[in-house]
This record gives sequence, structure tokens and C-alpha cells, in this order.
Amino acid sequence: MSATEHGWLGKLSWESLVFSNFLESPSINEAVASAAGSLVILASIAILGLLTWYRLWGPLWRDWLTSTDHKKIGIMYIVFAIVMLVRGLLEGMVMRAQQAAAPDGFLHADHFAQLFSTHGTIMVFFVAVPFLVGLINFAMPLQIGARDVAFPVLNQISLAVTVSSGILLMVSLVVGQFSTGGWSAYPPYTGGDFSPGVGPDYWIWAIVFSGAGTTLTGINFTVTVYKCRGPGMHLFRMPLFCWTVLCASILMIFAMPPLSVAALMLGLDRYLDFHFFTNDLGGNMMNYANLFWLFGHPEVYLLVLPAYGIFSEVFSTYSAKTLYGYKSLVIATMCIAILSFTVWLHHFFTMGQSPTINIAFGIATMLIAVPTGVKVYDWMATMYRGRIRFTTPMVYAIGFLILFVIGGLSGVILANPTVDFQVHNTLFLVAHFHNVLIPGVLFGILAGYNYWFPKAFGFRLNDKLGRLSAYLWFAGFMLTFFPLYVAGLLGMPRRSFTYADLTFKPYMIVAFIGAMVVLAALITLVVQFLVSIRDRHKTRVPVGDPWDGRSLEWASPAPVPAYNFVELPTVTDRDEFSEAKEHGRAYQRPKNYRDIELPKNNPLGFILCVTSGILMFALVWYIWWLALISALAILIAVIASTFRKETEYIIPASQLEKDTEAWLALVEKSEAVSRDLEDSPRNVGYSKLEL
Amino acid sequence: MNLSSSSKSPGSIGNAHEAAHRDPAVVIFGFWVFMMSDLIFFGVVFAIYITMVGATAGGPGPKELFDFGSLFAQTMLLLTSSLTVGIATVTMRHERSRASFLFWVVITLLLGIGFLTLELYDFSEMASKGGVPSRSGYLSAFFGLVPLHGLHVTFGCLWMLVLIAQVFTMGMGQVVKLRFLRLALFWHFLDLIWIGIFSIVYFGGWVYG
Repeated sequence: MSATEHGWLGKLSWESLVFSNFLESPSINEAVASAAGSLVILASIAILGLLTWYRLWGPLWRDWLTSTDHKKIGIMYIVFAIVMLVRGLLEGMVMRAQQAAAPDGFLHADHFAQLFSTHGTIMVFFVAVPFLVGLINFAMPLQIGARDVAFPVLNQISLAVTVSSGILLMVSLVVGQFSTGGWSAYPPYTGGDFSPGVGPDYWIWAIVFSGAGTTLTGINFTVTVYKCRGPGMHLFRMPLFCWTVLCASILMIFAMPPLSVAALMLGLDRYLDFHFFTNDLGGNMMNYANLFWLFGHPEVYLLVLPAYGIFSEVFSTYSAKTLYGYKSLVIATMCIAILSFTVWLHHFFTMGQSPTINIAFGIATMLIAVPTGVKVYDWMATMYRGRIRFTTPMVYAIGFLILFVIGGLSGVILANPTVDFQVHNTLFLVAHFHNVLIPGVLFGILAGYNYWFPKAFGFRLNDKLGRLSAYLWFAGFMLTFFPLYVAGLLGMPRRSFTYADLTFKPYMIVAFIGAMVVLAALITLVVQFLVSIRDRHKTRVPVGDPWDGRSLEWASPAPVPAYNFVELPTVTDRDEFSEAKEHGRAYQRPKNYRDIELPKNNPLGFILCVTSGILMFALVWYIWWLALISALAILIAVIASTFRKETEYIIPASQLEKDTEAWLALVEKSEAVSRDLEDSPRNVGYSKLEL
Repeated sequence: MNLSSSSKSPGSIGNAHEAAHRDPAVVIFGFWVFMMSDLIFFGVVFAIYITMVGATAGGPGPKELFDFGSLFAQTMLLLTSSLTVGIATVTMRHERSRASFLFWVVITLLLGIGFLTLELYDFSEMASKGGVPSRSGYLSAFFGLVPLHGLHVTFGCLWMLVLIAQVFTMGMGQVVKLRFLRLALFWHFLDLIWIGIFSIVYFGGWVYG
């Protein structure tokens, strides 16, 4: 063990700070790194300053950081994901700029390698996963008619470790260097022999902790869907989103352990001189590749299935039709979830195994296209003869339908091992997975954000700017990634910080222009958010149903009260809220008001966020005493929290009656608006019945 | 405690008052799901172990390293502890005295500590024969798998200590009872894992090593 070689601050020293390199040898490369580091520090100071200035520490602590409310935890997940999205996107821009400028780039090879490693790690683990988990947290318990998720404190803990891992990644911008081994961190390159620095350790601990959070989330959601559905909510009456959540949660439960095992074993190799994946003494690096993709492929579906769920809700709501082929969509979702475990080997067809094995995995891969195709047709049939409104979520959904199919087709091409041998490790692959992840996952996320925003905050987002952002995303995405297909076919390797063959140059320039359009899309998204806040008085939807929604989350006021439903709705059919509106069962006074018991605030999540963050940092920098103290602190905090006796508080019936009467009075005096007026100030969330 | 009356079947009308995280059916089901995930964790580590059985890189293998006498004792201790934790569960369900319940929990705890002591002794014996994880891929895999089970047992022992403290501070209420039921499940689960370790690592090593 190398612990003895270092002082009481471990490997940490003045030279670890990113700015020290810049001061010693100023260059554009170091300037970019220092600028990124400064941005992190300045942004943190700015946030802390603003919170103090507006005296928001108290409310932040009471209403958010210690909250066990699934809706608030969901929103915090999403805020975190958006911060990480900004960083991940900027990294993408810098990489595109470097490749467009090559062969005279401005970044060193090592810096470029850090960029693609953090970009991939962040986008998968700290944008896509937390954003989806946030949306699920917010919407799923409402859709199944539940008061909360099954384990509210566990939910808080999942958020805590995800956020602390994300903060660790931010810290890596300022202190030391991140891994240069890509988001998949293949050994032996990331082992101690070839990467002796702290980079891979940053990766390992961020993955281990956030992975644990995701596993716990999966358990929580699975139990919620199985056990906490409201009265009458049979499995086959659930909105399709809940089905996709169930499948994705099952994937979390089964697919996260291989990743944790792989990362921990890599950690044992690096910290304690084990030989799982080393070149010498019987280590086997292909075990890592197998473990990683045993997780990695289900992960792709873990991300895209909930996005499919969001699109299903969107297609159905904005076509004003019940979802076509509900059962076939459920079965297709299940099939995809199962098949996703049978294809991991297609990530390394070139490993050297027999053609028979490659063919088996190639066929399994192509099979996934079948249930996916079923879904695409179901969505199109949902729109057929529907009353379609081109709102922002619907624009995303239609863009998804067209662009995602292209990405899927390039996937079917890659599923053929002989083709894969030619384009393996080229930009063709990069183009393919961005072509599925951006239209599939990112568009889904953004559609869900626009769709559920009024439910969460009580006012609508600006639709015009939303659509503009969507179109910019489409254009930016196509300009950035379609040229990469060509460059990949021409043989340009992925992850190259420069190239000598100028044939690639025009494609890289187009891709860079595309990246600028994506940046414009991101800025539009921010502007949309700010403009919507400015105009919030004109877009309020307090009644709670701005889109003529079909499922139960629209049956409560917006923003949703902490207890979700005064009386858990009794479900009689699929599209329960539509049915209720049609048969006059919506907006009814409960028969009687009864006290509601809800989980109290709990500081455990916040404590674990801080302590696990310190623990990870100490482990990365070999500061053993600090690691020990923080590990003990985690243990003590968890044990101490199990001694809490009063974990619930009561919302009295009188309070419920007051809230509900006020809301019903509001419904009474509100004007029911038709779908044509959806985007006008007259839409206060009370939809006119249009049959 | 009556588990069946408060458990609800999917879709049935639940008690609007009851928070889900205190409903025994939800809590116990959640723990089963957790164990399912943990089982995958172990399964993957088992798989890695199996692929690395031959990777001794000229270092010591199972035949040189394992002490079957000690292993037999460990197995007996752990299997007996599964029995005693079962008896403790029955005592709890039949609402026997708190003393008899605690007696069986303490016996289980002692058996668990005995198992861990023997296991640590075995590891130190292996180390003295050159069987350390840095020696070979095989030994890395061994020390990735067997101590993982040991860590779980350690965690179980810690859990038992906390629970004993809670019997005194919080009484034998539903919260503590439910926690004990989950601990018992966990303990049986670790027994099953040990049977896997014994069959694949030790017995397998004895046959093929």
C-alpha cells in the first residue's frame, strides 16, 4: 500500500490546484482548464452569496434540503441534472472546437482525453440518470395515486449520494486531473501502472457512490409501483410511463451491481495492489469489459425506456386520444428490458471470440429493433386521426420519432459483426450513440420538463421559446452528428485530439457549427425559463390541468400539495382522469376529510451528502485519517437516524378541508378553456370537455 | 404483530392513514428486492472468481492454502446461527418474553463473531503461506469474494447490536419487530451465500485445485 509515502494531506499539494499549472506554464490549454476551474469556484461563491443576500438559507434547509417529499426530491434531482448538463455541453463544445481547429488545435492530448472522459461520465451518470429519476420521482407517485414513494428517506439518501458524486466531479476541475480513460475507464490503461495519478480514482468513487444511489432508487421505485398503487389502480390501468418506470427500475436493480463490482475491483487493483485486470500475474482485463457492458447495455435502456414513457404520455395527451396499442406497448417495454441483458457483447465484437458468439449477440441485438418498431408504430397510430396540437413536448416527440429511427437503423447496421469490425472505434459509433441518446433520452427529458413544469410550479413555460429551443436542438443535433457518420465511415478514429488527414476537416467544421447551434438551443432554454418566470402571473394554472391531461397527476391543484390527494382516488379505468372528467367525477368534494400522516423532514440526506463527499475526496487523495473519520460519521449518522421515534407528522382534516374548499371554489369560478386557447392567459388549468 | 391483516393486495383499498413506509408488506417486500440486487452483486463476483480459478500465476492455489478443519467449523457456526436466528423469530412471533428473544439474538451474534474470528484467522494463515491478493489474479478473486461475505456478516452483527440497543430504548414495537424480521432474512441470505462459497470456492478448490 502506498499510504505511507504521503504526508497528512495525502497526495494533495499546491501543484494539485489547476491554477498552479497555468501560473507556471501559461498556454491556451492551461487557460481553458483554469477558466473551467474558476467558473466552478465563482459559480459556487455566487450561489452562496445570493442565498445569503436573499436570506434563503432557512427556507432552503426547511423546504428542500431536509424534505422527504418525492416532488421536491424530484425537482432537486432535475436542478442538479441541469447544472451538470451545462457543464457536459460546454465540454462537448470545446471538443468540437478542438477537432475543427485540428491539426492546429489548442488543447493537449491529455486535456482532450479528460474532456471526453468527463463528458461521457457526466452525460450518462449525472445528466440522463438524475434528470429521469427526477421526473419519475415527481410524476410516478402522482400517476399511480400514491402519497409518496415507498421509502421517502431512502429517496433522500439516493439524491444525496448522487449529488455528492457530482460535486466530486466538479471538484476535479479545480483540484488535480480527471481520468483520461473515457467514460468506460477500461483497464489496464486506467490501472495503477499506466494511470498513476488521481484521475481514475475520481471516476471510481463517483461511479461507486452514484451507482449505489441509483440502485437504491431502483428498489424504491419498484416497490412503489408494486405496493403503493392507489385503490383500483391495477397494473394494466397504470399510465404507460409507470410501466416504463417499472422496467427501468428493474434494470437498475439488476444492471447497477456489475458496474459497482467493476469499479470496486478496479479500485482494489489501484489501491491495494490486487490483480483483477492487470497485465501481469493472471489479471484479465476482458473481465472488466464484460462487467462494464453487462451494466452498460441495460443502462442504455434504463435511460431510454422512461423517455419512451414520457413520449407515450405526450403523444396521447396532445393528440387528445387514448394511447393506441397500450398492451402491445407494455409487452414491447418488457421485451426490451429482458433483451437488453442479452446483447452486451456487441460492445466488443473485436475482442477475438468465435464468430458463432458474435453472430448470436448480433442477432440478439437486431431483435431489439422489433419491439422498438412496435412502439414507433403504436405512437404513430396514436396520432392518427387525433387532434394534434404542436406544443413544445409534441414537437420534441415528433422530432424524436423521426431522428430516433435513424439512430436505431444505424444501430442495426452496427449489430452486424462484419460491419462492426470496419467501423469499430470510429466516429461512426459516436454518431450512432449520440443519435439514439439525444433524440431518445434528451428530447424525452426536455419534453417531460415542458410537460410537467406547470404541475410542479403552477405556471406554464413559454411555448414559443420552447418550440424554438426544440427546433434548434434538432438542427444542432443533425449538423453536429450526421457529419460524424461520414467521418467515421472514412475511418476517423473516435477520441482523437488531432488528425493529419485533412479529408476529415470539412466534416469537423460542420460539426462545430452544429455544436454552436446546440449552444444556442441551450441558451434559448435558459431564456425560456427566465421569460416564463417573468410572465408567470399570466400563465398560472392553479386548477391544475392545463393540457386536458388523461392521468391522475392532473387531478390535483398545481403546484401539488404535499399530501398529493386529499382522498386517494378510486380508479376504475385506464386514462382515469379523462374518464372522471367525462363522467362528471372530477373536481368532487371528498365524502369526508380525514387526517393525513406524512413523513417528517429528515436531515439524514444532507448529512450523508456532505460526509460521503468528504469520504470520496479523502479516498481520491489518499488522506486516510479523513476517510476514516467521514466513514465513521456516515455510519453513526445512519445508526442514529434509526433511533428517531417521531418520524411522521399529521396534516389535520381541517387544513385539508380549507385547502380543498378554496380549490373547488377556484374551479367553480374558472373558465373552462378549449384546446385552441391552451397557450393563452385564459388557460388557468381548467380544461373544457371536448368530445 | 399480525402481518396478514395490514398487508394489502395490489389494487385493493389501502388504509389512507398508513404511510407506505410503515406498512409491513411494503417494508418486507422492499427488503426482498434489495436482497435480489445484492444477490446479483454476489453472482457477478462469483462469476469473476470462476473465470480466474486457474490464474494462480505460479503462486499458491487452493490445495496449499485452505484449512478444511477450520472451514468445517465456520460452516457449522454459521448454519447454527441460522437456526438460532430462526428460533429468535419464532419467540418474537409468539410474543414470548423479551429475555428469551434477546437470549437467542445474543447467541446468534456470538456465533457470527465466532465465524468472523475463524475467518480472519484463516486469512492470516493464508497470508503466512504467501496467499495474499497481490500475489495473483486467482488470489485477488478469492479475496474479492470471501471477505465480501465476511463484510456482510460484520454488517449483520453490527445491525444486531443496534437492534439489541433498540429493544431497550424503543421497546418491542412494530418498528423494531419489522427490523428484526429483515435482519433474520438477511442472515439466512448470508447463509445461502456461504453455501455457495463453500461449494464453489472451497469444495471446488478441493476437487480441482
